[in-house]
Amino acid sequence: MNLLISSTMQRRSAMALAFFVAVMLVLPLFAGNYVVSMLVVVLFSAYVGQAWNLMMGYAGQLSLGHALYVGLGAYISGALFVHYGLPPWIGMLAGMAAAGLAGVVIAALSFRFGVTGVYFALLTIAFAEFTRIAFNHFAWVGGSSGLYLPVVTLTRDDIVHLRGSPTMFYYVLLALTLAALALSHLLLGRRVGFYWRAIREDQEAAQAAGIDVFRYKVAAVALSATMTAIAGALMAFYDNNLYPDTAFGISRSIDIITAPIIGGLGTLFGPILGAFVLTMLSETMTSLSANLGVNGLKQWIYGATLLVIVMLQPAGLWPWLKTLLRLDEGKL
Amino acid sequence: MARGLPMRPGLFASATFRTEFRETDMADRLNRREFGLGAGATGALVMTGGLCRAQAQVPPLKLGVLAPRSGFEALIGQGCQRGFEVAVPLLRDMGYAIELMSADTESKPDVARVQAEKLIAEGAHMLCGAWDSGQTAAVAQVSEQHGVPLVINIAADPKITEQGYKFVFRNFPNAPMLMTGALSLLKDLFEVTGTTPQTAVLMAVNDTFGQAAQNAINVLLPKLGMPFRLVDTITYDPQAKDLSVEVAKAKAARADLHIGVTRLNDGILMVREMVKQRYEPMGIVSPGSPGFYERPLIKALGKYAEYCFSNNPWMDPNQALTKTIDAAFAKTFPDDPFDINVGFSFEAALIAADAYKRAGSTNAQALVEALRATDIANRVMIGGPIRFDEKGQNVGNRLASLQIRNGKPTVVLPPTNAEAKPVFPMPGWSQRM
Amino acid sequence: MLTFVNIVVAGLLTGCVYGLMALGLSVIFGVIRIINFAHGAMMVVAMYFVLVANQKFGLDPLVAMPLIAAALFLAGYALQRGVINRYIARPEHEQFLLLLAVSIILTSSTLIAFGPDARSVHVDYAYDSYEIGGVLVDKVRALAALGAISGVAALWAFFRFTRTGKSIRACADNHVGAEVVGLNVKQLYAMTFGIGATCVGASGALLLLLVDVQPYIADDYTLLAFIIVIIGGLGSMPGALLGGLLVGVSEAVSGFVIMPSLKSMFSFGLLIIVLLVRPQGLLGRHV
Repeated sequence: MNLLISSTMQRRSAMALAFFVAVMLVLPLFAGNYVVSMLVVVLFSAYVGQAWNLMMGYAGQLSLGHALYVGLGAYISGALFVHYGLPPWIGMLAGMAAAGLAGVVIAALSFRFGVTGVYFALLTIAFAEFTRIAFNHFAWVGGSSGLYLPVVTLTRDDIVHLRGSPTMFYYVLLALTLAALALSHLLLGRRVGFYWRAIREDQEAAQAAGIDVFRYKVAAVALSATMTAIAGALMAFYDNNLYPDTAFGISRSIDIITAPIIGGLGTLFGPILGAFVLTMLSETMTSLSANLGVNGLKQWIYGATLLVIVMLQPAGLWPWLKTLLRLDEGKL
Repeated sequence: MARGLPMRPGLFASATFRTEFRETDMADRLNRREFGLGAGATGALVMTGGLCRAQAQVPPLKLGVLAPRSGFEALIGQGCQRGFEVAVPLLRDMGYAIELMSADTESKPDVARVQAEKLIAEGAHMLCGAWDSGQTAAVAQVSEQHGVPLVINIAADPKITEQGYKFVFRNFPNAPMLMTGALSLLKDLFEVTGTTPQTAVLMAVNDTFGQAAQNAINVLLPKLGMPFRLVDTITYDPQAKDLSVEVAKAKAARADLHIGVTRLNDGILMVREMVKQRYEPMGIVSPGSPGFYERPLIKALGKYAEYCFSNNPWMDPNQALTKTIDAAFAKTFPDDPFDINVGFSFEAALIAADAYKRAGSTNAQALVEALRATDIANRVMIGGPIRFDEKGQNVGNRLASLQIRNGKPTVVLPPTNAEAKPVFPMPGWSQRM
Repeated sequence: MLTFVNIVVAGLLTGCVYGLMALGLSVIFGVIRIINFAHGAMMVVAMYFVLVANQKFGLDPLVAMPLIAAALFLAGYALQRGVINRYIARPEHEQFLLLLAVSIILTSSTLIAFGPDARSVHVDYAYDSYEIGGVLVDKVRALAALGAISGVAALWAFFRFTRTGKSIRACADNHVGAEVVGLNVKQLYAMTFGIGATCVGASGALLLLLVDVQPYIADDYTLLAFIIVIIGGLGSMPGALLGGLLVGVSEAVSGFVIMPSLKSMFSFGLLIIVLLVRPQGLLGRHV
């Protein structure tokens, strides 16, 4: 850690963060429902991106099947609500437990058997796909016809039962995103954060230095999975309908990882920036290609942009932006 | 009142009109009248700088239409879009005034939701859409939250109208209705042709349609007094690219009747494998699912598509409006089929326009009450007059049995709407010309 | 019983084509150690080329196969030399994202050019089948398998007997040693990617005989190729073929014995077991 950070730099970072938070807090007051619903998508992406970043950016474990945890969080809390009327926040705990357990099992099995790197990534895909197909046959959660949550139209927001306008979800997700930011920052400064980064840099050296590599890797996966499941549960109560193919699908897993990689892996703010950039890009593309009416143009431009960013700024956009804003030495 | 991003609705609406024309890849065969209308409206809208008061008489209803025009369901979504587009000039001739605002759901519920919000933010008075149940459910939520009425053109999941929504109306049979109707027609088929199978095998894609079919068939077989018994059920993944194992299993069941609940691509694969494996049941029936009325399937299978049945809602050949649309569609989109995607989308626009006319204003409450009182006899699809029950569901739609004859889906049942007599059992594969 | 034999035979024949497809992936990884996530997308592009050749010039895919193989070799060579070469030493997630971007661009290009509907190739023998002792053998499938086997044989001969082939194997075995000996490693890497692309192109031509092409099948085949290659052993040529046959047959059998819609689940289950128990695959070298 850079102990020589000047207090000016730290103040600049803190101010930048405060500014960002302030803007996000008041935005719904000015913007209409369309913008808010778009930002809900951004915040989902930002939050889950941060959860994924913990595992990949800090502990160095590539997971390409993170949709598994989203799906588990969503389906378990959703199904418990549909069948037993269990309140969402409690169902969410069950979802988190299931996802955390899944993460531990996958990680423990993989690392115990020495499966790392690309093989581990493929294993995560396999588990996610396996679960997707299983849920397609699982009648209790509606199978491939989907799980529909009964919707109640209320005039006011009910945060206890997670029923309300997009604005309510916006604030819940904003709080979560900032909490994840704070958690990441906290963990980075403590022993576990140092151990993770040591493992990421050179696993064997870390092992040789006496770090229980296995335990910390599993912990990273478990934490990441549990955090991701929260977003899954929120998604269930926001969308009110779930399908295994969209919840567990590989396209969701890919969406989850593109934001943090574009934004900046291993940085605190990277996933958040990535989420904003990609969603804005996507919306712009939608408007543009709607006017041109060419099917597939939007995906093409998306792919091309991804390619350009990967080739020119492989460390992500945030480090580049940080230099631009002169926040380099800051803790973000 | 346009909230949200600072985009004037006028500007976007004119862009939308341009969209309609560009997306028609038959750009050179544009209907002159439509082009004139578009240019005129564009000019007027741009001139008034955003507010839609182009004409001196009744301002048109701003109808936000959502369809999966890209992504996995693109072919279907584009069909629906064509239905909406052909509706605009035809409805105008009938004395209605609507203006389309189009959005692409990209075959994803998340996008559907955001696009619905966008359309409402840009001033849509009513929404129509969205073919896919998941996307429609997302749009319905937004509709209900904002109090903007939604007229569903096609979506089969029953739960959409079970949520207690006040602003959502569906003019399409839900999955149980589809299956009940489809299976009853089978019974009629046996009576009319005098041939009754003893056994049947069900081959179903594992998605919404397939699951509905499986659930329904077990309940309805005894309930409707069907004469055959089901010897095997074979489900397969929607992404399956090879159905050789599935068809082999079906063949091994040695059933008289083959019931296939498929989509377009797997429908093609299924019949092809049946030919290759020399599996010749009495007939192939597809109840309540897409595939066996779609032109790409007929084109791909050629002579082997003949005599396949599809029991689905369909356009009523006896209705005058059907003939009118058929002619107009053939002129505007000569290379595209006039199928149920087009038919139901047209009807959705008709319902919206009709309600607007009776309501006399764009006030949401007035529109909803007008929608509830809908009673349209001069329609396109087979069934009684369009009416909605207290849940917003039209229970009066009826299904038809279509058989592919001479490369066209032909109505063979019910006898009152039939264009030809059904042929059952079907001639064997080697006997096809 | 007869049905079972029919199914196993069909599975084996399909497995041959799968094997050729997976071979491309395996060769690239074995030598360059890069995971080609654009594998399926490249194959779909090849399939579309063959489709156009069939529709415009009436070329049978079997005839088009060597042509498309050559075309894709050049494309692969160029891609590696131009873009991918810099990423060989980079971290895995960057490689992944790069090839993912390439995959998205290729898939959306086919979508723009051909639209979303599934297209099939028209051959006169599309509905023919042989009957050998009661067993129904699909003619199209048999010819495709034959094509695949000849492709694999050609590749094996190339690596065994030609100078370039041996040089490439040298690179794979010992990168530094190869450079020391004076081999132009950069050039050889590009050739390898080209060869991998060739396999992809050839298998695409053959696969078009078996399935219909549409832009969205790319990812399914990338995943399938990975499953095959991991089961067979990453970097092992006979492993890729064996993996292809195994997956082809197990999909068929599991579909028959359990429910066809659980077919893929079975394949993924197999993948998980192999990754945990023997990650180098059946015939792979120890990682």
